Amino acid sequence: MTAEPLPTLPTARTCPYAPRAEHVELREKDPVAKVALSEHSDAWVVTRHEDIRAVLADTRFSSDRNHPELPTPGAEKVDMKGALPQMLISMDPPEHGPARRAVLGEFTVKRMNQLRPRIQEIVDERIDAMLAGPRPVDLVQALSLPVPSLVICEMLGVPYDDHDFFQTRSGAIVSHTATAEEKQRAVIDLLTYVSGLIKAKEEEPADDLLSRQILSQREQGGVDHLGLVAMAFLLLNAGHETTANMISLSTFQLSQDHEAREALRRNPGKTLGAVEELLRYFTIAEQGIGRVATEDIEVGGKVVPAGEGVFPLAHTGNRDPEVFEDPDRFDIDRGARNHLAFGYGPHQCLGQNLARLEMQIVIDTLLRRIPDIRPAVPVAELPFKDDALVYGIHEFPVTW
Amino acid sequence: MRVRVDEDRCCGAGQCVLIAPEVFDQRDDDGIVILLEETPAEPLYAGVRESASVCPAAAIHIEEGA
Repeated sequence: MTAEPLPTLPTARTCPYAPRAEHVELREKDPVAKVALSEHSDAWVVTRHEDIRAVLADTRFSSDRNHPELPTPGAEKVDMKGALPQMLISMDPPEHGPARRAVLGEFTVKRMNQLRPRIQEIVDERIDAMLAGPRPVDLVQALSLPVPSLVICEMLGVPYDDHDFFQTRSGAIVSHTATAEEKQRAVIDLLTYVSGLIKAKEEEPADDLLSRQILSQREQGGVDHLGLVAMAFLLLNAGHETTANMISLSTFQLSQDHEAREALRRNPGKTLGAVEELLRYFTIAEQGIGRVATEDIEVGGKVVPAGEGVFPLAHTGNRDPEVFEDPDRFDIDRGARNHLAFGYGPHQCLGQNLARLEMQIVIDTLLRRIPDIRPAVPVAELPFKDDALVYGIHEFPVTW
Repeated sequence: MRVRVDEDRCCGAGQCVLIAPEVFDQRDDDGIVILLEETPAEPLYAGVRESASVCPAAAIHIEEGA
């Protein structure tokens, strides 16, 4: 029997404001469809909000990053096999739950609120520097990347002097221009550094996330050094580029939508609602949530056979008119928190309330201190990250 | 309205604590949900319903009219 070649589905974005037309068409006509995502990757693409939630909530779909069928539509995967124990993002039951709970206490709403004054300080310092410096300035380097980097480094207890090191390596791993070799090099650099940092904290614990993990593991019998390296590595990467991209895109969006910007300036009480809408509207991290079926599983009336990959298109799901009225309209008063920007199910983003807090503080502070911040080049010339693992803007020259 | 939470299912996303802090909290050590009000007052119903509908682990159960 000769199999028909699968239709190919491009995943790179073509417009900052909307999912690809091909993806929307799938949602309307064939919401659970088998396609070729690249030469190396076939998968079932799921596009309706309800079906995406069903997949992500169902632990019979494995998150194992080392599974050969896990969909990888974009750039080639960084080969991490053997380098590290499984990270949270890649774990399945029964390992995942206890491992997640071991670190969840660091990300409670209460603990995030305790961080608020320090985050405000970090944001104010960066904006002080912007106001004192030349115009135009690249917002990505001046504000978007440093803020989440400084915050996560603060949480982990990474010394300030090492932040530049972190930013360059973490940036290389998700860069679209870096070669596979450069990415691999950056991964090794970071792992080596983090391993040394944890060793230092094992000898001299301080008041930070890593030290608390070390002390708590000691009480339970012994420190899992490599496990901690994997966790720190995940938190650094997951908390860095993602939030940075949302800061850039939020600033961009509010510089274009003056009605929304003025509404937020007049009433900062609306900012948290606006943050949810920005998350829904841009849905930057859709490429990282692929799964593999561990048995035959029915999704939206079709059966995904055991061993095949599933790729939920969260951006398209977040524009599902069954769930969001007039879904392509950006509306800071929409009040919809049931979006998929942080994923769904037991793996839903651990740092989501940190991300919300950072975005809220950045937006409020920018609108107060640099209200007329705007692109310094025509919007058509802005280099959006069309084919990156996480959507955003590579460089965002701004002026005011 | 009567509310139940399933601690075993809870994955500590904390959305319920953001939406309805009068009804839900999180344990400090592992972030798992704490139910503060099993029978919340009526003005809190909307927040409880929204919390249940966005909970990524479907760990919040509501018995309406109870």
